[in-house]
Amino acid sequence: MSYTALALVGVALTLVLDLWVLRTRVVTRGLFWVSYAIVLGFQLVTNGVLTGFDIVVYDDDAIVGWRLAFAPVEDLLFGFALVEQTLAWWVFWGRRGVQREPFAGPPRWWPRRIPEDSGATGANGADPRGQRNREPA
Amino acid sequence: MSHFAYIGVLACCLLGTVWLEVVLRTRVYRRWRRLLLTLLPVVAVFVAWDVYAIAAHHWSFSSDQVTGIRLPGDLPLDELLFFVVIPICAVLAFEAVRAVRGWPAGDER
Repeated sequence: MSYTALALVGVALTLVLDLWVLRTRVVTRGLFWVSYAIVLGFQLVTNGVLTGFDIVVYDDDAIVGWRLAFAPVEDLLFGFALVEQTLAWWVFWGRRGVQREPFAGPPRWWPRRIPEDSGATGANGADPRGQRNREPA
Repeated sequence: MSHFAYIGVLACCLLGTVWLEVVLRTRVYRRWRRLLLTLLPVVAVFVAWDVYAIAAHHWSFSSDQVTGIRLPGDLPLDELLFFVVIPICAVLAFEAVRAVRGWPAGDER
């Protein structure tokens, strides 16, 4: 199988794992997509270095040939699968009670004041007992 | 470039994200058992993919830019570390957004 085909299969199996096997459904959450967007930005830089300096070299026969920041587009699918699978397992173990706590936050320092009604957690961090957790609008 | 080029990129990823643990209190490294259990299946799956891809010549590595330490399956040590470092960065980003915004992840009670 080519890298292109494997990457598509990888994303499909990762979605199956997240939605129906682990039932973590991280892909349905705003938190996931905002985190993924941040990771994607840095992926374009680090992957650009790895491929731009030929640290990793791809066989032209294994890819379709479209490139973004030196890297084959297949790497976007590979990266997505890696991130979603990781976060699905992370949430899975938390739901099973493996070190669910201590919750993340509150930040020691953050440049912008977090408004009371923004859905942010303020002094409670991500602790759901703060009862101010909301899905992003 | 040197034999530490690939490792250097990974070191930058770790150094570029570790402040999240301190400043935003992501508490990811602190929950190292949960992190380890998360890494195990991910590393297993992606190392298997990688070993297949290396054998099928989908990609290869510049021998003067990796450490030269090769694991079974002709897997460079650098590449194994990639599958440890990048997931750690992903979890840190996830918990950083959660620390600031407080959005639910599905593991709350």
